[in-house]
Amino acid sequence: MQDTPFLHIVQANATTFDLTLSGIWTRESIAVLNKHLQTLTCKVPHTLYRFNFEHIEDFDTHGIMLILHHIKRIESFTCTVEKIKQKPHFEKLFSICEAHFPNEPIIIEKHFFLLDYFENVGKVIIEGYKTLTSFFSFTGELAHAVFDALLHPLKIRLTATLYHIQHSGAGAIPIIFLTSFLIGIVIAYQGATQLEKFGANIFIVEMVTISALRELAPLLTAIVVAGRSSSAYTAQIGVMKITDEVDAMSAMGFSPWDFLVIPRLFALVIALPLLVFFADVISVFGGMVIASTKLDVSFAEFIDRIAETVALKHFIIGLVKAPIFGAIIATIGCFRGFQIDSSTESVGKYTTISVVNAIFWVIAMDAIISVFLTEMGL
Amino acid sequence: MSILIEAKEIVTSFGKNVIHDGVSFAIEKGEIFGLLGGSGSGKTTLLREMILLQKITNGEMIVLGYNVSKLSSSEAWALRQKWGVLFQFGALFTSLTILENVAIALKEYTDIPDSLIKESALMKLSLVGLPSKVATMYPSELSGGMKKRAGLARALALDPKLLFLDEPTSGLDPHSARGFDELILNLRETLGITVVMVTHDKDTIEHVLDKFIILGNKKVLFDGTMSMLRDTKDESLKTFLN
Repeated sequence: MQDTPFLHIVQANATTFDLTLSGIWTRESIAVLNKHLQTLTCKVPHTLYRFNFEHIEDFDTHGIMLILHHIKRIESFTCTVEKIKQKPHFEKLFSICEAHFPNEPIIIEKHFFLLDYFENVGKVIIEGYKTLTSFFSFTGELAHAVFDALLHPLKIRLTATLYHIQHSGAGAIPIIFLTSFLIGIVIAYQGATQLEKFGANIFIVEMVTISALRELAPLLTAIVVAGRSSSAYTAQIGVMKITDEVDAMSAMGFSPWDFLVIPRLFALVIALPLLVFFADVISVFGGMVIASTKLDVSFAEFIDRIAETVALKHFIIGLVKAPIFGAIIATIGCFRGFQIDSSTESVGKYTTISVVNAIFWVIAMDAIISVFLTEMGL
Repeated sequence: MSILIEAKEIVTSFGKNVIHDGVSFAIEKGEIFGLLGGSGSGKTTLLREMILLQKITNGEMIVLGYNVSKLSSSEAWALRQKWGVLFQFGALFTSLTILENVAIALKEYTDIPDSLIKESALMKLSLVGLPSKVATMYPSELSGGMKKRAGLARALALDPKLLFLDEPTSGLDPHSARGFDELILNLRETLGITVVMVTHDKDTIEHVLDKFIILGNKKVLFDGTMSMLRDTKDESLKTFLN
């Protein structure tokens, strides 16, 4: 007896081959056995192959699969196969495997690459169109829900709103402190080297204060919050959709708008102006530190100069933009969350899209507002 | 008959919450063995301990000759290829098609050519009663019962000698549930598999299980066959008959 997988072929007469199978026919030995069986080519039509299974010691469905695979192959070349001396338990498994052997192999259609290309372009366009319409329908429903909430302020979920203010707003303070402070330093430092050449040291005040209050502090704050919170909102709502929590809420008569979307929207609309104010203070402080060490403009001089020359409108414009950014971030975060379907892959996909979209639209909106206000003469 | 799984005085606790306190039983080769008990009696925890997903606080669990608490990582790796597990909701990989789900173990662990792996996976799908058209579908496109069948096909991919099923018939309609029972009996007969299952299904308990234990009060309340349970005098166990 062989304990290695083995196949012994003897030509009995001109049109008959005797195949003796022995040893172990399990998944571990398939690769070797496959090479042996591939030598059966059925060169002469109508040859008879007689498979003798008597000496098979161990087998599993993969071994039988392999035998079946090659029997079918030989039979497709007009040769015939005869099976002899099957042991009962082998025969049983063999007949089950035979009954379930896939008759029509699954063919994955391959197209000409250009066709695939156009198909993909079409899919992207259709997808984009569908996303656009569903986004409009989402914002429409959202507007309705917001209007409703404002008419009935008691319906607003206060605890949930405060929870999100704490996590999306207060939780962002450390990172916003760091980024604003560094931005203040960067503006002042770059400005200092230029202004020093002209001896116009005191103009560092306008340079830092206006650019920070009007543009940089609101924009950076919004980008940080977009990165932190729109992803969190998308993932939270998406996983709630996967676990059917959203459906459960709807079925119990709790509107997902009131429970999930409105608290997040209001939280960011309230929290972002507060964060921007904080970022304003810190970034100006960062500028003051550099101004006093590099340009000999003391803290007191700096603050006096702000009061004299920097118009209040810059500060107000920065603060007015904040709730708009907050609304954009919350809306995109929630919208993408509701797009997540039952696959785990889509959680990753839409969370990424959500952050990218939120950051893009914050910057785009900032540009629109910037151009609009400058044209208005503000 | 040889013993495949032996539990000796298993103690499991999560913090102060004790789940098992001295649970012992043995599962023999070729048996269809049931883990029964009320909700929260620790059936699934016991199953998870057998398949190395949950650590045992105290006691010994011997699976296929290995003490699961004292495995080296290579032994654990080898042991994990010797069994198949069907989770309660199928636990199919959502990013792969059904065919890929079934074929993945063969692709990772064997050197079988790809075309044969595909045929083998298709055969396993057919074996559990799924039409070949589901092969290219994704798990999200399947019903709960089909997911379970696909999960079973995945569990059978490597021809395991030991199969763990977590509530195989829960969530199935009675007709599919009986079909599933037939399938498991059939697999045991043809492939010689030993099956360990957690179940609540009365029909499964009556027609499929050879032996079972009933867990309760952190202990094994009953260990034996259906006819032994019928003869018992214990009133609290009688509730399992109805």
